Amino acid sequence: MAVKVPVVRNILEANEQLAQENSRLFRQAGLFVVNLMSGPGAGKTSLLEHTIETLKDEIRIGVVEGDIQSSYDAERISQRGVQVVQLNTGGACHLDSSMIKSALNALQLAELDLLVIENVGNLVCPAEFKVGEDVKVMLLSVPEGDDKPLKYPLMFQEASVLLINKIDLLPYVDCDVSKIRQRALQLNSSLEILEISCRTGEGLSGWYNWLRSQVSNRKTDATGAEI
Amino acid sequence: MHEMAIAQNLLDIVIQEGSAHGVSRVLSLSLKVGELSTVVPESLIFCFELLSKGTLAEGARLDIEKVPTICRCRECDHEFSVTDLLFSCPKCGSGKVELQSGRELTLESFEGE
Ligand SMILES: [Zn+2]
Repeated sequence: MAVKVPVVRNILEANEQLAQENSRLFRQAGLFVVNLMSGPGAGKTSLLEHTIETLKDEIRIGVVEGDIQSSYDAERISQRGVQVVQLNTGGACHLDSSMIKSALNALQLAELDLLVIENVGNLVCPAEFKVGEDVKVMLLSVPEGDDKPLKYPLMFQEASVLLINKIDLLPYVDCDVSKIRQRALQLNSSLEILEISCRTGEGLSGWYNWLRSQVSNRKTDATGAEI
Repeated sequence: MHEMAIAQNLLDIVIQEGSAHGVSRVLSLSLKVGELSTVVPESLIFCFELLSKGTLAEGARLDIEKVPTICRCRECDHEFSVTDLLFSCPKCGSGKVELQSGRELTLESFEGE
């Protein structure tokens, strides 16, 4: 005889529990954690290189490089003299909490102030999986067009900061930044939006200052919690 | 194709709950999937079929209920369903809104024997 069993369980609960454990570890270490997401080729690695170059003398930075395959990006980053771990997802389109947990063994968390998790280049799948981050930062480049918020609404809803990259290319591409802003804010009115160019350096100081203040807030929190 | 990872998580829960309830064969699952979720039902069904082979959930049917996106305005308390991806209050225009539903990804119940 058939029986009906009520369950009501979040299908991703295992991932979310692990994300909370990761988050506890990060907070204990006084670490601010960014989950950096974008489509392929938006310039995540280039943004990271500039960020490390500019901030490495004042902020101790660690990087987790998520890639479907290859360690090319991790090699680029490790040349900058920061802690970096390569995660190959072996085909998976996103990073999840257990992958991040396994990467943490290879990092000295106590010696870091900021951890950047560079997610797999994909605007759909990573939005569903928490990894224990403090914020999701989304990078979008103007050659991708201004209709991205209409196509990937969840990503824009989950992000705290949107970086619009490659604005030096605006004269050559069919993209209206004011439309990106308007559409993104319709999805998420508290989204912080910065326009940048990793090639010319335009707008990057705003990004660096945002990171500085987040890292310093986290340090204050951590000291406050210890007392 | 993150549906594969989601199907695996779903299967783990079904096997765990099925065994706990003395079920030897799962016939159907009732799921709720929010409209805002990026899960494609057809992909999820396909992945679940593949992964459940040889388990107590082999051949189980997935009944997927789509849950609409509903928000509540934090300024004026108005509740509204979101159309055209416009997440601001139609009554007072505020952008300070709270998602009430639309992000679900839950197993509600299953039938077995
Ligand atoms: Zn209102």
